Amino acid sequence: MSFASVAIIVACLVIMGSVSMIALNIDALIKDMETQNEVVAFVDEELDDAEAMAIEAAILQVPNVADAEFVNRQEAMDNFMSNYDEQLREGIDVEVFRHRYVLHLNDITKMAETKQGLENVPGVAKVNAHFDYAKAFISIRNIVSVISLILILVLVLVSIFIMTNTIKLATYGRREEIAIMKMVGAGNAFIRLPFIVEGLVLGLLGGGIAFLALWGLYELVTQKVLEVFTGSFLNVVPYTSVHVYVLGCFMAISVIVGVFGAVNAIRNYLKV
Amino acid sequence: MIKMKNVRMTYANSDVEALNGVDLTINDGEFVFLVGPSGSGKTTIMKLITGEIRATSGQVNVNDFDMVHIRRSKLPKMRRTLGVVFQDFRLIDNMNVYDNVAFAMRVVGARRRDIRTRVPYVLELVGLEGREKRMPNELSGGEQQRVAIARALVNNPRLIVADEPTGNLDPVRSLELMLLFEKINEMGTTILVVTHEKELVNAFSKRVITISDGHVISDGMDGYYSYEIE
Repeated sequence: MSFASVAIIVACLVIMGSVSMIALNIDALIKDMETQNEVVAFVDEELDDAEAMAIEAAILQVPNVADAEFVNRQEAMDNFMSNYDEQLREGIDVEVFRHRYVLHLNDITKMAETKQGLENVPGVAKVNAHFDYAKAFISIRNIVSVISLILILVLVLVSIFIMTNTIKLATYGRREEIAIMKMVGAGNAFIRLPFIVEGLVLGLLGGGIAFLALWGLYELVTQKVLEVFTGSFLNVVPYTSVHVYVLGCFMAISVIVGVFGAVNAIRNYLKV
Repeated sequence: MIKMKNVRMTYANSDVEALNGVDLTINDGEFVFLVGPSGSGKTTIMKLITGEIRATSGQVNVNDFDMVHIRRSKLPKMRRTLGVVFQDFRLIDNMNVYDNVAFAMRVVGARRRDIRTRVPYVLELVGLEGREKRMPNELSGGEQQRVAIARALVNNPRLIVADEPTGNLDPVRSLELMLLFEKINEMGTTILVVTHEKELVNAFSKRVITISDGHVISDGMDGYYSYEIE
């Protein structure tokens, strides 16, 4: 039963940890996108150069705009040309391009409101904001976060239940010894403490094994993922950058599960 | 000292009164046999004395503790003033003789030096010197019961209560055990022996309290087991 108890704690913590690591990676990916993705606000064609540059202050006043860089027609054409062969560049006139502002946002979850705000700035003709991927990731992150929270709650309760039963069986196995202890006048703490220590040790053992198991599993999975997405935008959070927090969380949960399970068993099954 | 006054006891899962108005007093230093047929209430009295159960009404005082109103947290302190001996010995199988006896001192937080001094003394007192390393399954029934008595005695209690201590022993061993209790009593410890072994009770000139149907029907100093229906 002790083995089963440790195994359940390991399984619960590895599941919890896996889901949390997925959420963490999606979060990191979104943050990455926030810095990489740009919103482009095109200036009305009827505005001359000086008027176009003058609206920068109004653009920066829009909530959630982190910074704005003015790009004139010529710079825009040069950027465009650099991406194409010379044959394709021929015959393109600079007037085809508009003056524009390249913007970064503070929070891409407020992208829709920011876009609306930019479109309302006088002199802005059109706003291009391609945050479809980010929006999808935000949705996934939110779903994973909710699942993660529910899982943590359910798995902690399952672990406590298993731990309670483990300690209950331990008290049953030592019932004669306990009866003798009571008869000779052993104090409550003397009788109960070994079971609380047992719960604590089982919990910490489970937490330690789970920490190492998650590490191994995470390294294995991320290695495979990076092999599949070689050269893409995908970056994974290294386990070593969060391992102290993971260890801390696992130990805290293990202690709670171990001690609470033991206390629960003692309260219900060990009448001293 | 044990003092019971108009003690009534009805178990939660039963309508029958296990005790219906028991009055008895056992003074310090006495040797008393508590006798009576099965179901008469002997075990209930034992449980009231050890604090396993509480009386429905009346007064129960054991070694100056009010056993009706005693807090659970105070029970260990009260139990340290008495030693309990059971019919089935209740030794810890995976501990040798020495550790079984020392265990009773360890659980009450006795110092190692005191344990090393007291345990051999008590084992010698009960006639188990040289058997310290034996495991319970290597001992006879009589020897196992002596270990149980040594354990009950080791914390120097004011009172020893023994519930059918000779139930698993032959007549010779039973007599030896009673002589041991008598010896312990002579050293100042109060002894209460619950039994239904008529021959044994009548062999000693001790006080005999007879219980029947949940109340005391006789209490005499003549050492005579008066109850005939067994």
